[in-house]
Amino acid sequence: MKYAFFPGCSLESTAWDFDKSTRAMCQALGIEIVDIPDWVCCGSTPAHSSNASLAVALPVVNLQKAKAAGFSEVLTACASCYARLRTANHKVQHSPQERDRAERITEAAYDGGVKVRHILDVLFNDLGAQEVAKRITNPFPGLRVASYYGCLLSRPPEVVAFDDPEHPTCMDELVKAAGAEPVDWPYKTECCGASLSISKTETVNRLGNRLLTMAHRAGAECIVVACPLCQLNLDFRQAEAKKGQGNLPDIPVIYITQLLGLALGLEPGALGLEALTISAAPLSARRAVAAGQTGGRS
Amino acid sequence: MNDTLQWTDASLVREVERRSGTPASACFQCHKCSSGCPVAPDMDLMSSQIMRLVHLGAKDEILESEAIWACASCEACSTRCPMGIDVAAVMDALRMMAVERKAEVADARATSFNKAFLTSVRWHGRVFELGMMTLYKLTSRDLFADMDKVPRMLAKRKLAFLPHFSKSAKLVRKVFQRAQEEEKKR
Repeated sequence: MKYAFFPGCSLESTAWDFDKSTRAMCQALGIEIVDIPDWVCCGSTPAHSSNASLAVALPVVNLQKAKAAGFSEVLTACASCYARLRTANHKVQHSPQERDRAERITEAAYDGGVKVRHILDVLFNDLGAQEVAKRITNPFPGLRVASYYGCLLSRPPEVVAFDDPEHPTCMDELVKAAGAEPVDWPYKTECCGASLSISKTETVNRLGNRLLTMAHRAGAECIVVACPLCQLNLDFRQAEAKKGQGNLPDIPVIYITQLLGLALGLEPGALGLEALTISAAPLSARRAVAAGQTGGRS
Repeated sequence: MNDTLQWTDASLVREVERRSGTPASACFQCHKCSSGCPVAPDMDLMSSQIMRLVHLGAKDEILESEAIWACASCEACSTRCPMGIDVAAVMDALRMMAVERKAEVADARATSFNKAFLTSVRWHGRVFELGMMTLYKLTSRDLFADMDKVPRMLAKRKLAFLPHFSKSAKLVRKVFQRAQEEEKKR
């Protein structure tokens, strides 16, 4: 399995741990990824809120680069990049005007033919949860996990479409593969406020509070995510989000790539766990010792 | 008693449909979009009310509202609309129209953020967070919010001091220029 990799701006800065853990986990699972040479920003929410032509053209530049490098599939870890790249493909494929416009702006041909995949999609549909489970050496027996998909991986279904838009389960299956227990909770695809984090922090904290409270009520000891914005809003802003709700404990919010990486026997440092605000040390301490190991490993 | 409709301008719904590419006129006010909207409590007008005002042509009421800036683009509305209306795309179109008419927008912080983000991309080809945040703080005058978090950001290596330049930054500047020209043609 070989894919062109589009890291995106978040994975170069605020989510460097998502970048590190994705690369380490892919290597451990035999998924080969090669960075798109000289990739550029996908434009994210600011582009689609301000200039519709730009919101298609920026992703198209990256997809053209992947194609020129000989790839037919692009892998992303960031949910926002994933949604923007998928949306651009959808528009180019379904509207000749959109395609002409994107080709005029980028001065290069593009037919929407490079497939865009998210790491969850590749883990679940290409590799398979069973295959992942076979390679787990250090499972997490009894660890209760809330899988949080957020909006951009689930919606809109005609664009993203690799799981159910209202009740996705692929991340729960991967949590099971890691030997942990996914909890049933109703806010799997609720929004965290995403890019409003900076301009409307009060909204993001209100939504974060709802999500953390519900995950805790459902019995989750941690939340797993696959989006840099979900992670930042729930982990980095957790103390603010919990204000006024005295009884909530600290809830670690980790990337699915970090959970799987730990269960594959990788060390916390190889997965960037030190970047978390709410420490995941209590979680890493819960993993079972692999057969043949002498113990004492945490 | 005067029963005359205050707004009767159909040009707004036509413009919104053209720019968003979605049939906004098909809305029959079931309010499903508003019921599932995570930011509805922060809105002065809920999404279904915006849709109705679009039909009526209440341009000022909509473009001056806070609601269009409170939308987080989570697309729950677009996914659930029984008429297949991409409500989030309507919100995008309204935000662009609000900025284009150059009057004061209800939430200047949101437009400052968008501008700072895109300026950073235009300069470097990628987002340079520290530069983007500095520009945002200066333009929004929202100087002190989140400043307490900067040390933690630096300690966790989440903020780089220098930008990551894409070698395609030059191409990106051209893409920005041409995209602006294309938008004027619409």
